[in-house]
Amino acid sequence: MLQALLLAAVLGAIVWMFGNALDNLARQGIASGFGFWNERAGFAIATSLIEYSETSTYGRAFLVGLLNTLLVSALGVVFATVLGFLIGIARLSPNWLIRQWAAAYIELVRNVPLLLQIFFWYFAVLRPLPQPRHSIELLGLAYLNNRGLYLPKPILEPGFGWLSAALLLGLVGCLLWLRRARREAGSDRGLRYWLIAGLLLLAPAAAVSLAVGLPLGWELPEFRRFNFRGGLVLSPEFVALLTALSTYTAAFIAEIVRAGIQSVSQGQREAAYSLGLSPGQTLRHVVLPQAMRVIVPPLTNQYLNLTKNSSLAAAIAYPDLVSVFAGTVLNQTGQAVEVIGVTMAVYLTISLVIAALMNWYNRRVALVER
Amino acid sequence: MRVRLFALLLLLSCGAVVGLAQAASTLEAVKQRGHLRCGVSQGLPGFSTPDGSGGWTGLDVDFCRAVAAAVLGDADKVRFAALSAKERFTALQSGEVDLLARNTTWTLSRDAELGFHFVGVLFYDGQGFMVPKELGVTSVAELDGATICSNAGTTTELNLADWFRARGMDYQPVVFEKSDEVAAAYDAGRCDAYTTDRASLYAQRNKLKNPDAHVILPELISKEPLGPLVRRGDDQWFSIVKWTLYVLIGAEELGLTSANVEEQRQRSRHPEVQRLLSVNGNSGQGLGLGPDWAYNIIRQVGNYGELYQRNLGRAPLGIERGLNALYTDGGLMYAPPFR
Repeated sequence: MLQALLLAAVLGAIVWMFGNALDNLARQGIASGFGFWNERAGFAIATSLIEYSETSTYGRAFLVGLLNTLLVSALGVVFATVLGFLIGIARLSPNWLIRQWAAAYIELVRNVPLLLQIFFWYFAVLRPLPQPRHSIELLGLAYLNNRGLYLPKPILEPGFGWLSAALLLGLVGCLLWLRRARREAGSDRGLRYWLIAGLLLLAPAAAVSLAVGLPLGWELPEFRRFNFRGGLVLSPEFVALLTALSTYTAAFIAEIVRAGIQSVSQGQREAAYSLGLSPGQTLRHVVLPQAMRVIVPPLTNQYLNLTKNSSLAAAIAYPDLVSVFAGTVLNQTGQAVEVIGVTMAVYLTISLVIAALMNWYNRRVALVER
Repeated sequence: MRVRLFALLLLLSCGAVVGLAQAASTLEAVKQRGHLRCGVSQGLPGFSTPDGSGGWTGLDVDFCRAVAAAVLGDADKVRFAALSAKERFTALQSGEVDLLARNTTWTLSRDAELGFHFVGVLFYDGQGFMVPKELGVTSVAELDGATICSNAGTTTELNLADWFRARGMDYQPVVFEKSDEVAAAYDAGRCDAYTTDRASLYAQRNKLKNPDAHVILPELISKEPLGPLVRRGDDQWFSIVKWTLYVLIGAEELGLTSANVEEQRQRSRHPEVQRLLSVNGNSGQGLGLGPDWAYNIIRQVGNYGELYQRNLGRAPLGIERGLNALYTDGGLMYAPPFR
């Protein structure tokens, strides 16, 4: 009964606030609603994973920002995990120098505010690089200057679908072979085994290439009056943001990994050594699988933090969701309530998806009680 | 469950933001509070910059002080809120500031859709470009393919896109939230050109490591009338702020300055000067202000010409009056009669 009353009160409050907000917006003559979504945006965005121009809609600009956020978050999670595990393991190394170095890294990085680190990396990346006219040339194919790293860009030509299908086929064949070979106890894992695997992987693709020619072209960056045009560009903003997010989160992950490893009792390790396993094998097959149970839940938090921290991109002109949508779009349309509402909903959704995936993984590595 | 909780929180925050904006009369609220809350930029020499002693200086800042002088009789009763370009409108909509004087361009959509009234033009500007001298660029038309730095959420971004697209030219935008970050990135060589309103370019150039190595291109690609703005729905407040602007301009037309206004009040035989300074009666009555409102503005802050000279006209900025001169000197500054 009490719960029903409380629920009614909460619902009533929600309805009242919603009405109040609409009422006040109308009274102040502020337009509301999502009518702007299909209007022409009229501004340009520096880097975009999808086709976008000044004539695209605000909705399209939202997608561009969202994809940029997802890109930097996904890569950040991968790099932070790899780096975090390495440093976490180094923190427990028997080598004094490595141990101290890892500890110093963690203390330094996790105690300096992230925004400062982003600025540090941005200007650390930017300052020493030369102007476009004095670009550093790498093998005549790639160029490095303070506008970014310019790489040849693969251009998919007709027939590329066949090639990818062939590659997929090869991959499936190869995996099947590996699985069969593993089941056969005592099968020899020598040169012949890997040769067959490689052959299975590449044969279909090679056949297709011979039949229709390699359906892949390259677009080379080419110098114009101010800078290189064309090719694939890694902007300094992207590199700085990715570096800052990965190294910062890695420091936290390293501590989680250390805690996880230390939670596995010393006896396990001694038992493994007494069975003749090497330290590396002990870590891989005995310690880490058990440590994962402790590591995964706090690791999820770090992934969520990294994703949310990526919104600091606005400070260094990386066009993420906050910069493009909650920044420029909000300002051009003035629809603060709608834009901030959508932005919050997006971060919430991304976070819940990451949490769901990690919970699923956690159930897999968790101790199965019998 | 988490989704529902989120929806609740979202609505709560909307309710709170909008609830703030409900104050009945801005004039009453300001009087009761005892100070004016004025939104200015975070640091743009000539318009609003924090000075060494914890105060603020600049044209926008002086305008806020003039409003405080008119309403509260004391130009120092202002609390400044430093706002980024993208925060500014929300701050005014939500009632966080009473008035926004933040080198903001007057446009149709801002006037009509955002729920604001622009009170007039405090400074006529246009969008310009700054480039390093060593690039050898002499005209904006040569910037095809250039990388261009600017501020997020400004008309600058849109003008830039329109101008380049209309000419079939290509460019790479690099867009920062704060002016200081734009200047730092431009200084570090991230962009070939820096675009914003021309007066701001003059101001920002002085912050660069080597100001003499940069040149401001002659063309302006847009009209940027910069003016103070207030929320809709409070006509009295709108009139007060609007006529504060006209007192500044009118005082220059009438030759009233902070130095001579005291004397003029006692001696002047000019009927319009007498009316404005409430020698007989009260010129501020219709606005809900005391008789000394115009006198206080001129005595404590000065006339428009003084403001301009103090903030923009003299070194280090040294920006010519141009369109901002009085109409009698070939400019656009003109005040309706005080009658």
